[in-house]
Amino acid sequence: MAHLSEAAEAQIIEICDRYKDERTPLMMILSDIQKEYGYIPLEVQELVSKKTGKSVAEIYGVVTFYSFFSLAPKGKYIIGCCLGTACYVKGAQQVIDKFSDILGIKPGETTEDGLFTIDALRCIGACGIAPAVSINGKVYPKVEVSAVQGIIDELRGGANA
Amino acid sequence: MALVNIKIEGVPYQVEAGLTILEAAKQCGYTIPSLCAFNHGECNAGSCRVCLVEATGARGLVASCVYPINEGMEITISSPKAVAARRASVELLLSNHNKECQQCEKNEYCELLNVARITGAREGMFEGVKSVTTIDQLNPAIVRDTSKCILCGRCVARCANAHGMGILGFENRGFSAMVGPAENRNFSESPCIMCGQCVSVCPTGALMEKSEISKVDAAMAAGKYVVVQTAPAVRAALGEEFGMKIGTPVTGKMVAALRRLGFKKVLDTNYGADLTIMEEATELLTRMKEGGALPMITSCSPGWVNYAEINYGEQLAHLSSCKSPHEMMGAVLKHYYAAKIGVKPEDMFVVSIMPCTAKKFEKDREQLVTEGLKDVDAVLTTRELGKLIKRSGINFNKLPDEEFDNDIVSDYTGAGVIFGVTGGVMEAALRTAAFVLTGKEHEGVKFEEVRGFAGIKEAEFDLAGQKISVAVASGMKNAKVLLDEIAAGTSKYHFIEIMGCPGGCINGGGQPYVRDCFLPNEDIDIIDTYKAKRAAALYSEDERQVLRQSHNNPQIKALYDEFLGAPNSHKAHELLHTSYAARVPFTEK
Repeated sequence: MAHLSEAAEAQIIEICDRYKDERTPLMMILSDIQKEYGYIPLEVQELVSKKTGKSVAEIYGVVTFYSFFSLAPKGKYIIGCCLGTACYVKGAQQVIDKFSDILGIKPGETTEDGLFTIDALRCIGACGIAPAVSINGKVYPKVEVSAVQGIIDELRGGANA
Repeated sequence: MALVNIKIEGVPYQVEAGLTILEAAKQCGYTIPSLCAFNHGECNAGSCRVCLVEATGARGLVASCVYPINEGMEITISSPKAVAARRASVELLLSNHNKECQQCEKNEYCELLNVARITGAREGMFEGVKSVTTIDQLNPAIVRDTSKCILCGRCVARCANAHGMGILGFENRGFSAMVGPAENRNFSESPCIMCGQCVSVCPTGALMEKSEISKVDAAMAAGKYVVVQTAPAVRAALGEEFGMKIGTPVTGKMVAALRRLGFKKVLDTNYGADLTIMEEATELLTRMKEGGALPMITSCSPGWVNYAEINYGEQLAHLSSCKSPHEMMGAVLKHYYAAKIGVKPEDMFVVSIMPCTAKKFEKDREQLVTEGLKDVDAVLTTRELGKLIKRSGINFNKLPDEEFDNDIVSDYTGAGVIFGVTGGVMEAALRTAAFVLTGKEHEGVKFEEVRGFAGIKEAEFDLAGQKISVAVASGMKNAKVLLDEIAAGTSKYHFIEIMGCPGGCINGGGQPYVRDCFLPNEDIDIIDTYKAKRAAALYSEDERQVLRQSHNNPQIKALYDEFLGAPNSHKAHELLHTSYAARVPFTEK
């Protein structure tokens, strides 16, 4: 197993200790780790297992159950395409396919330059502006397939600026 | 005990409050088909939906394994609605199941097949895409085949309950959901100890031992001198494979069957157990006298040894350096006995019949090779022996009782027999330690304090002024308590016996399956009593032995006089002792 840096190990222990008085602290611990590092690899799960007494298999089960958690590092821009019912009937599948096409990755994957991750989301509660795409918290309303290239260019520009 | 009034199928009953519908119905004489429910709620995820019934006060049908009874409840098992719903549940399970039932090694004991039969499930009702399959057969002990998994969670619960380990868990979700070690790893790349408790509860063929029957076939076909030895716990359970009541000792029939299977010699691991006691008791007394690592812990159980190596790498000095009994037996057979009977050691093939899946892993350990030869070549579980006997057309139940080969390595004492039950190794060691320290046999032979099925037992004995404080644990959850004391430097014991499986080898991962649905002639509480019944079979064999202390075994004495010198001698160390190495829980992929 790869070893965590001392700093990372100390911080993860600190995160676990934040919730040591909670009855069911696992979700909170994992959320904080996800927020801090962007992903939760197995060596981190092993450390959380030691601190919480939950088995690695159980923690892995939680991490793989919720799409919010990730096992691999995510890109700088996380392109969340909503595939909820309303967005889907408004053509969201074509939108996400277009992102995949242009970036050369499948949903859940990250581009080699570490810039983009595509996530398939279930309803994000923005049905009125379907199909919706959420990128690092900014919501793009009524996204047309033809607008996808422009969004990517815009983000690339921002990344280079 | 508070009672409540309920009706099942219109008939009034009084039952204990707090039961689930499934348990209450069982006590009233009804068997509601069920799958995920197991062992009084050890697992009842309510996930398989096979046990649906109608109950007043509930909305719709309820899963009887999780729904509690209440006063006045009327339960209907046989309504058309309930019958159809149970059948549909099974048909849905079958729609994502690998239905190669004829070739499945589990078919005789498959609970899914059983409920399919009972509910009248029809073929091809919900055909569609199937989940992607993982088959892990990279380790020597256990095969995991997700195409036969019904996601009931019994194995997940057993691994957590017996061992506090939780090697297995649910991962991913929806159609991709599966049960396996984290990252869907192979068992050999996870902290699994190979004990096979998961195998012993799996309702289908998703978790099975890795069969070595073909290895034995190949050795016989190649003209090897194939000898067989049987562990004590096997004789206490093998009869179950042939419909005998649980707890029927079948030593004589087992020997007769093995002889008819073509083994050149049929020997008893109990001889190896007696030898283990001579070495282990001597090792303990030496450590006590010379200040070696105490407490000393037994090393017979390969599941436990795996656990220690993976989780307590810094405490390995506490393990006895003794090989386990069948490995000692194997070493003696190849390096002493073979020459006696004029067989070349490399032509000898040693088969061990064990109640255990971890023994399959153990026999491949690099530390268990003596002079370039593996001590043991193949390990079959009790269940595999059952299959082998059936395959060969032997009518087991009609066999005469026969004796083990009366040779120079076959005598055994009662001390060897009780190795198969938790506390047995401790008791056997104490019988011999008592003699060494006091110069006379322990009065009444037995050490009752270390018997029984408590997770942790402890006792203190005064042997000729020498205080010996001991503890016995089975199941890794219990072992962990004792190990943490040792790590913290607070352990007060001299000697600890640890067995991997709860209850010891009689409940090993290679023993016959204990399932209500296949045991109509057993008591309804058999799931609570089978361990005690199998243990009783061993204790009764101990009682029947004339010699009940390992040091009184005449063939063991002869082995020392003629070959080994004394217990823990240089020669004994070469042949009968081993070493351990710390391992990491998750290996680098």
